[in-house]
Amino acid sequence: MTSERRAFAYAPAPESRALVDIKPSYGLFVGGEFVDPADGTSFKTISPSSEEVLAEVAEAGPADVDRAVRAARRAFTGPWGRMRAAERAKYVFRLARLIQERARELAVLETLDNGKPIRESRDVDVPTAAAHFFYHAGWADKLAYAGLGPDPKPIGVAGQVIPWNFPLLMLSWKIAPALAAGNTVVLKPAETTPLTALLFAELCQQADLPPGVVNIVTGAGATGQALVEHPDVDKVAFTGSTDVGKAIARAIAGTDKRVTLELGGKAANIVFDDAPIDQAVEGIVNGIFFNQGHVCCAGSRLLVQESVYDEVLDSLRRRLGTLRLGDPMDKNTDIGAINSLAQLQRIRELTDAGEADGAERWSPPCELPEQGFWFPPTVFTGVGQSSRIAQEEIFGPVLSVLTFRTPDEAVAKANNTPYGLSAGVWTEKGSRILWMASKLRAGVVWANTFNRFDPTSPFGGYKESGFGREGGRQGMAAYLRSTDA
Amino acid sequence: MTTAALPDVARDDATLRAFLHGLPGVDKVGAEARAATLATRSIKTTSKRWAIDMAISMIDLTTLEGADTAGKVRNLCAKARRPDPADASAPQVAAVCVYGDMVQTAVAALTGTGIQVAAVATAFPSGRASLAVKLADTKDAVAAGADEIDMVIDRGAFLSGRYLQVYDEIVAVKQACGPAHLKVILETGELATYDNVRRAAWLAMLAGGDFIKTSTGKINPAATAPVLLVMLEAVRDFRSTTGRVIGVKPAGGIRTSKDAIKQLVLVNETVGDEWLTPRLFRIGASTLLNDLLQQRQKLTTGHYSGPDYVTLD
Amino acid sequence: MPRATTVAGAAKPSASRAPVRKTYKLYIGGAFPRSESGRSYAVTDSRGRFLANAAQGSRKDARDAVVAARKAFGGWSGTTAYNRGQVLYRVAEVLEGRRDQFVAEVAAAEGLAPRAAGATVDAAIDRWVWYAGWTDKLTQILGNANPVAGPYFNLSVPEPTGVVAVLAPQASSLLGLVSVVAPVLAGGSTCVVVASSARPLPAVTLGEVLATSDIPGGVINILTGAVAEIAPWLASHADVNGLDLCGTDLADAVDLERAAAGNVKRVLRPPASESDWSADPGLTRLTAWLETKTVWHPMGV
Repeated sequence: MTSERRAFAYAPAPESRALVDIKPSYGLFVGGEFVDPADGTSFKTISPSSEEVLAEVAEAGPADVDRAVRAARRAFTGPWGRMRAAERAKYVFRLARLIQERARELAVLETLDNGKPIRESRDVDVPTAAAHFFYHAGWADKLAYAGLGPDPKPIGVAGQVIPWNFPLLMLSWKIAPALAAGNTVVLKPAETTPLTALLFAELCQQADLPPGVVNIVTGAGATGQALVEHPDVDKVAFTGSTDVGKAIARAIAGTDKRVTLELGGKAANIVFDDAPIDQAVEGIVNGIFFNQGHVCCAGSRLLVQESVYDEVLDSLRRRLGTLRLGDPMDKNTDIGAINSLAQLQRIRELTDAGEADGAERWSPPCELPEQGFWFPPTVFTGVGQSSRIAQEEIFGPVLSVLTFRTPDEAVAKANNTPYGLSAGVWTEKGSRILWMASKLRAGVVWANTFNRFDPTSPFGGYKESGFGREGGRQGMAAYLRSTDA
Repeated sequence: MTTAALPDVARDDATLRAFLHGLPGVDKVGAEARAATLATRSIKTTSKRWAIDMAISMIDLTTLEGADTAGKVRNLCAKARRPDPADASAPQVAAVCVYGDMVQTAVAALTGTGIQVAAVATAFPSGRASLAVKLADTKDAVAAGADEIDMVIDRGAFLSGRYLQVYDEIVAVKQACGPAHLKVILETGELATYDNVRRAAWLAMLAGGDFIKTSTGKINPAATAPVLLVMLEAVRDFRSTTGRVIGVKPAGGIRTSKDAIKQLVLVNETVGDEWLTPRLFRIGASTLLNDLLQQRQKLTTGHYSGPDYVTLD
Repeated sequence: MPRATTVAGAAKPSASRAPVRKTYKLYIGGAFPRSESGRSYAVTDSRGRFLANAAQGSRKDARDAVVAARKAFGGWSGTTAYNRGQVLYRVAEVLEGRRDQFVAEVAAAEGLAPRAAGATVDAAIDRWVWYAGWTDKLTQILGNANPVAGPYFNLSVPEPTGVVAVLAPQASSLLGLVSVVAPVLAGGSTCVVVASSARPLPAVTLGEVLATSDIPGGVINILTGAVAEIAPWLASHADVNGLDLCGTDLADAVDLERAAAGNVKRVLRPPASESDWSADPGLTRLTAWLETKTVWHPMGV
């Protein structure tokens, strides 16, 4: 898998770290400025591929969260709330353009802080984040057409908590629609990946965004909890684990707070005997190994029709032999680092459980670097429906392979999970695609493709994968209240 | 795909059709996405140097103009032997590719060099002539000393579903080749869909071609990355089904070193090391050579080169 | 003979320096040709003073513009809505950069005081931004799946109609112009626009903005001259799919609408009096140039 003695071994092609200027320490971004936390605590963020410390980041306590919410409220009742919608749109367009202008810097920073390959940050995360701002900017002065009545209004102050797997992209999914609808936000990035959010704060300054419209409070679980439970937060938006999502739902019960939750998944990637095999194999690989499998909608269960099992698995194993795992800053790396030691330990625990359940484990030959957190792409075959690795979200580069005989069986197995975020269907037959899509209990169905995201396309789950949608016309609903009643 | 059935697959048109239409389909968007991702590979420093030299050694240096003369062909052959007059370390190309009536001139100019002479034949580029004419075209070129024959398939027959006719023609041309090796040009730009490209590739390999080639270079689109990807997948699958190893030649529209290096990446990550040799991979091109030489010069000197430092063909 | 005023937007002459005056040509296929007829006509400001000579477009110029617009249609309609939105937003960026130039031209053309001219130019730029933000939302609000009574997936989507000929409003030389052409482009169609006959200069400068944004040549083509001369040729042209009669007067409109029926063009009739261009445009000018395609597909294994 890595360069060994191959005839055409790719020489190192490192992206330059010098493109980004990482400060030794960062404050909180509140009311348009970087400020120190009230009680001065901070934590470190490291590069998971090397374990080096990148920076010290402020830890927001309850007083800091309160300060940020008040700044957001002032901006909401003040300049942002009073601003004409067409003017608001232009600020959001500015943010889109700034992301495009500083794209390379953002990509490098994302890769250093998250561990994902620079090719992904550069080609997926950053351009898609810019696109989210661009798309949503245009909604600001068109809300009457969103299908929510003639004059929908913003909700107020949004408290937003995002995960570590796509830091800048998740930030854009939260902030862009909120701002377009006229809300103000307090956002908490994940504790292992705060840096691109803090650079985004700089973009807000460059855009001359009125102070307090966007506030970034860095911290861990306690900070998130303080934000979600703050009485003056009108709307909560959370993307993360199902367990924390449930805790949030319990915490806000009985309040007036609106909430959207985008939680975990255990998606089935279903391959029929008439699938376009080479593209299906790419779809399987992309489905579970893209972003090291740190994807809520990852195709973590391969459901392959028994009649093509051998052919698909042989092709898959052959294809996995060309995956390149290593330094995320190398432009030719396909698989980067696992984001944290904690996540690595969880992946190990579950894969051990998979073996204990009797599944067969296979990885292509793979040299793991000594420093950093790494896990080789792994395929489990002979997995039973009730195995832990078929039921629980691993959130790592681990594929569980199951089989099916008929379309009905595929649907039943795919749906037999408390989750319902996404699913994949591979077949050349259009009517089967549409039938499967109508039967699968998942918020996103990908047919003959996988892991495709677009700001116009609503994303979100069924069942314990959460509720509410992000993106598209449907996604605007979360940040608006209709004035019909 | 079962190995056992393959020898009988061309026993009649219906069986051949059922086989070709039973091959897995190609999803256009997925294939193009895969090719596009592989195009982002960053090939630098030592890898780039290796790739440039490998690409030069794989070139079928081509002139196929109505206005070709003996002088033009001799000039091209001189370049084939010594691509960079100022740098003897530049490798020779694999072959020179000319029209059948220029073969004799090319053979004479390349004696003792080890550079192959390839001739286009079978009423290249259209293929629109009787089988008798196409075979005569082939035999003339072989008699004149051609080491390799680049034939065109009958696209009209293919697109109207007469697969067995296409198959039989290839078999006949292969026979007429005698000792010469046969490249089968699919003219993928006219086949229009990737499904057709896959089917035509299999058909050509079943019929005994030694190489499958994308295009005549006379129409656009010619050798695009996704087409090459599909053809490489086909030779990979053919090998695992039959054990036979068939070569691949993209041709047409390949002008820059970047294009050529992207193709080597496709080969590397689809079929692997085994095909990274002029024995199994060729690049049909003319202006490409000068771009490769200029890139090579930059790696040697450290500064950008220019057209004055490479020779006209 | 009245003294010439300064050409709109150009530097004032000082004792020692003569400004280089602009030549106002047509904008066709991304280039700036003169009229093939060789004709021009004098454009004056609101007080009758000479501003510049503008090209007097002929039927052949209109013919060439339609050819250019048709050629550009495949590429423009085939690009993603996101790409179209970004290109249109870029036009707004370049417009903003030339704000002062447009303020001077509009003030001269329409006889507005600088402040009013500034307001109308700002509104034109913001109008362009508004339409840039529509490209990737039209399908969402105009398209939908249909719950047919059978095992079929049924989807209706809007698609651009093709080449649209637009007669720009006569009075509002920039804001009105932008308001009639931007929606054509936002929906993915291409455009041949005949500028206001008496107030064509901002339209030509708009052409310069378009030529230096990322708009592919031919997507929008700008003709200047006598609307009454050019319009009938566009109205009857068999390769034009839509006709916006905004800038024609009601007397001529009937004949033009009749001519348009020759190939069943989609026609927008002129308003009774020139619109208040500062008002919310609504969807009419967007939907006028959109077809609806409905596709059925069975659902079943």
